[in-house]
Amino acid sequence: MTTAIHAEDLNVYFDKNHALKGVTMDINKNEVTAVIGPSGCGKSTFIRCINRMNDLITNCTVNGKVMVDGTDINDDDVDVVDVRRRIGMVFQKPNPFPKSIYENVAYAPRLHGIVETVDGKVKRRKHTKQELDAIVERSLRRAALWEEVKDRLDKGGMTLSGGQQQRLCIARTLSIDPEIILFDEPCSALDPIATSKIEDLLVDLKKDYTVVIVTHSMQQAARISDRTAFFYMGEMVEMGDTKQIFEKPARELTEQYITGRMG
Amino acid sequence: MNRKHKEMLYFTAFRACALLVVLALVILVGYMVTGGLGKISLEFLTEMPRRANTEGGILPAIMGTFYLMVIVLVVSVPIGVMSAIYLVEYEQSSWMGRMFKLAVYNLAGVPSIVYGLLGLSIFVGYLGFGFSLISAGLTLSIMTLPLMITASREAISAVPQSVRDASTALGATKWQTIWHHVLPYALPGIFTGIILSVSRAAGETAPLMLTGVAMSLQTLPDSFFDSFMALPYHLFYMATQSSDLLATRPLQYATALVLLLLVLGMNMVAIVMRKRYRDKYKW
Ligand SMILES: Nc1ncnc2c1ncn2[C@@H]1O[C@H](COP(=O)(O)OP(=O)(O)OP(=O)(O)O)[C@@H](O)[C@H]1O
Ligand SMILES: [Mg+2]
Repeated sequence: MTTAIHAEDLNVYFDKNHALKGVTMDINKNEVTAVIGPSGCGKSTFIRCINRMNDLITNCTVNGKVMVDGTDINDDDVDVVDVRRRIGMVFQKPNPFPKSIYENVAYAPRLHGIVETVDGKVKRRKHTKQELDAIVERSLRRAALWEEVKDRLDKGGMTLSGGQQQRLCIARTLSIDPEIILFDEPCSALDPIATSKIEDLLVDLKKDYTVVIVTHSMQQAARISDRTAFFYMGEMVEMGDTKQIFEKPARELTEQYITGRMG
Repeated sequence: MNRKHKEMLYFTAFRACALLVVLALVILVGYMVTGGLGKISLEFLTEMPRRANTEGGILPAIMGTFYLMVIVLVVSVPIGVMSAIYLVEYEQSSWMGRMFKLAVYNLAGVPSIVYGLLGLSIFVGYLGFGFSLISAGLTLSIMTLPLMITASREAISAVPQSVRDASTALGATKWQTIWHHVLPYALPGIFTGIILSVSRAAGETAPLMLTGVAMSLQTLPDSFFDSFMALPYHLFYMATQSSDLLATRPLQYATALVLLLLVLGMNMVAIVMRKRYRDKYKW
């Protein structure tokens, strides 16, 4: 099992609020890793460190290492745009752009263009229409949405149901073929049927991607994840195989939380 | 009085207030149409004024006001939108941003004659543009900037953070996010700002009197540095200064009607564009 992400002594402060306290953990490649814990314990803050979304928050300071493919993404000479291209994120509330379904998926590929090596020189060029069409179809298929929308790609993304919107957001993330995809409670705004579709999709996605999912649903973590990390008050209390975490947790706190005995 | 009756009463009161506004507009337009429509002719719209504005047409005033609107559009809109972007996207909560916002609010409350004085000393005097179209146009542009900034700022702030997050997480830079998402989605609100600003500029009289409007001209301005006529000032002149006030009364109504149509025409364009963008980006 190879390591996709190695976080080391990660500390995050919002002004003086120490929101993440010395988190060190490894996330394996091609696995689903679940992050659980009570509200406000720093789950979102942690995964937002992995694609540097915390950069957007002005009063936020991040210390520590996040190693992806042997480089620390917080290094000064790392291009943050490149980090976010390789590490996608799907948010809690479906947030498609108020544009057509097609445009939602085509946006990111258009933005980045195609980088090619021609005669030993690295060149960036625009996608052709056919290439874009192919990307849109492939991404929507991968997100299990294609059959439902193939006849109305020019309709607004906002006209879809909540569950479809979330799958559209997943397709949008897949459009630039990231290595890692971060999900921050992707099902919390969805009904059980839409939720189970997304869960199936996540399990399927791990064949090609490394998946990290924050969830409030213990059942969800147990159902779909290979490994689980339990956070409490900004610290990572315990991490291990999901089966072990749910059946015989090593720490008292973890047991209290998963059995619902935590106040 | 039971609850249902109370509801009814409030509803009626609200409706009455709303109707009052419509009524005022109808009376206003009605007056101008009945009083002035007869005077509007091809000659009136396309010829120079004669005999101290009591005869002939108002072409120079129409063109003058049109040029002023164009100058405001070209100067005030880009500066206003860019300031609003800066405020919302870059200085949301900083000290600088707060000072800037305060300045904008206060500028919005400054009477237009004060802008006239400012224009007189800066554009007419200090920069040496003289009493001219450009001095007046720039003065009106400064005057309408707060409107433009406020409307754009509100429109830009109303674009949800979740959209910005989505774009950023896909690897877009801040500018790409603004260009591809924030600005397009804010356009309807920005068009509202344009409508307000340009209409306001078209209707102003006081600042023009200090910066270059003329009572009567036999020529159209051929450069930015010429003096010009303007519809609201023309109206003011005929209503207060003309040798035979009563005789020019129909001309006054007709001029007012033309001014109204000009502003309405410009606004219609903006309203159509606004509608197009509203439909294009549906939330
Ligand atoms: N933008 C922010 N500004 C200031 N403090 C923040 C910000 N975002 C998070 N925090 C603080 O960081 C801590 C961790 O928050 P975080 O959002 O990571 O929790 P979470 O585990 O994701 O909770 P939830 O399950 O409710 O989403 C909290 O104390 C929160 O108040
Ligand atoms: Mg969270």
